[in-house]
Amino acid sequence: MIEWTGVIVQGVLLGGLYALFAAGLSLIFGVMRLVNIAHGDLIILAAYLGLSTTMMFGVHPFAAALLVLPVMAVIGYVLQRGILNQTLGPDILPPLLVTFGLSVIIQNALLEGYTADPQKLSAGAIETASVSMGGLTIGILPLLTFGIAVAVIAGLQWMFYSTALGRGFRAVSDNQDIAQLMGLNKAHVFGLAMALALAVTGIAGILLGIRTSFDPSIGGGRLIFGFEAVIIGGLGNLWGTLAGGVILGVAQTIGAKIDPGWQVLTGHIAFLVVLAVRPNGLFPRVQH
Amino acid sequence: MTVPTVYRATRASRIAMIIAALALIVLAAAPWWAGRADLRLMGEIFLYLSLACLWNLMAGYAGLVSVGQQAFVGFGGYMLFALTIFGGLHPITAILLAGLLAAVLSVPIAALIFRLKGAYFAIGTWVVAEVFRLTFAQISALGGGSGTSLPVGIVRSLADGRSAREALSYWLALGAAILVITAVYLFLRSRRGLALTAIRDSEVAASGLGIDIWRTKLEVYVVTSAFTAIIGGLIFLQKLRISPDAAFSVNDWTAFVIFIVVIGGIGTLEGPIIGTLLFFLLRETLADFGTIYLLVLGVVAIVVMLKAPKGVWGLIRDRYDLELFPLSYRIKLNDPKDT
Repeated sequence: MIEWTGVIVQGVLLGGLYALFAAGLSLIFGVMRLVNIAHGDLIILAAYLGLSTTMMFGVHPFAAALLVLPVMAVIGYVLQRGILNQTLGPDILPPLLVTFGLSVIIQNALLEGYTADPQKLSAGAIETASVSMGGLTIGILPLLTFGIAVAVIAGLQWMFYSTALGRGFRAVSDNQDIAQLMGLNKAHVFGLAMALALAVTGIAGILLGIRTSFDPSIGGGRLIFGFEAVIIGGLGNLWGTLAGGVILGVAQTIGAKIDPGWQVLTGHIAFLVVLAVRPNGLFPRVQH
Repeated sequence: MTVPTVYRATRASRIAMIIAALALIVLAAAPWWAGRADLRLMGEIFLYLSLACLWNLMAGYAGLVSVGQQAFVGFGGYMLFALTIFGGLHPITAILLAGLLAAVLSVPIAALIFRLKGAYFAIGTWVVAEVFRLTFAQISALGGGSGTSLPVGIVRSLADGRSAREALSYWLALGAAILVITAVYLFLRSRRGLALTAIRDSEVAASGLGIDIWRTKLEVYVVTSAFTAIIGGLIFLQKLRISPDAAFSVNDWTAFVIFIVVIGGIGTLEGPIIGTLLFFLLRETLADFGTIYLLVLGVVAIVVMLKAPKGVWGLIRDRYDLELFPLSYRIKLNDPKDT
């Protein structure tokens, strides 16, 4: 019994990481209806930027985040203004194919720059530290990851509903043309949304890099996890995305407990079951 | 009074058909004039051409942008191995049966993933492909994660001697490409193809004209899945070895195919043909540069998508009003004095 409780707690905490993968995806879809196929590769790019920063300055990965996050935000803004804004429109094909192309470019650029060898960010003692709670041993790092995920989602939620920037995001999301008429520069607002999304992606990438080893080819898998969390939770609902991440994480750890080869497969099956039973996700945003 | 006549075939399309027929005769004779390596390369080109035509039918006409067609490529490959090794079937029977099984399997899959719209549909197809990959990796009788080879006995059953086998494998690839292009062409010229073209141009208007959009898309998805599995079987009949990572590779069976169609011109029949030729030209030129070539390919695809969304064929067509496959209707206003 206690064994299974442990598995579920681990799954919940893993879900925090998946929610971080998903938050950026959810944010940009919410603001500009863009689905970024390169999202997973951008997570891996952030992990590699973290790796380079820790090696270059000999700093802890958390300190490296201070540099990686702004760099990712700038990449996001430039990417959006330079390329992605041109693809937005009624036709879904251009954004899909352009981000697909970006995914291939990032993946192969990383392969060229860092080779295919698996890498890992070393965070020292925190990687193995744990606390005991009611007979369960819980790792500090997963706990911290989950805490960061909750904080990030709470922060995004607050930003969305209580700040001028969030008002801008909601305005362009509701009606791009009227928002533009009201004096918002939508190209700039989209740029800011992508900058914010990639800053969150930066956090996800660094935490991923500390948790497991990574190589240039694993971006697609991370995109899928994030996407599954978004759909399970319900489109356009940030707290739902956290719940979706948790459900995916729990499904995966339960699968892994039964047979290590089934971890990812069980997660996919959980996603397909949710899709079959509740096509709009478990907590869809109320339609106005 | 002027009497308009409606016609489809043009002089360009007639000439193109004659050239295509001549080219086919030359290509069919390739085992007698081409070397072993060239034969293999051409076989690969035909299989990629088939995949590109099928993906183009889905994405360019039915609006079903899938990034998970590797699911059916890999499924076809694995069915070839499973049905020949355990079922004792002849490889060609096995490949045809794989197509049938893929069609059956694609119906429940469609019921599930058609709930996702647009780009989310795309990632949904990818999830399905991953489920396929992870499932086949669990089947230890087919070698699990490391894969398996086609037993020598089965390979020998195909034809006597290596060159006869390679020739057969080449003809199968050529035949598959002709079959796929002809099938797509005839489908697009039919009543259903007209419905599909209407959906491509405007889903709302097509729906208003009484076209059952869901059903039309389902038909396209099922037919494409079946053909994709058959091509997958042929691909792995050439390779003689299969593993989950190779069979369900998103780069090999989807990324390249998408680049081919986008660069050639999406939503046209000519596009995938031109795209395939350009892709292999690029690949053979840049093959020595390894990953750089993929980088270049990604950049070219993005530039084409942004600057010339109709691809290379779109540029040519707009400039010269050319159409090699007579699909659209043209109207000629006859001068009464002529008639």
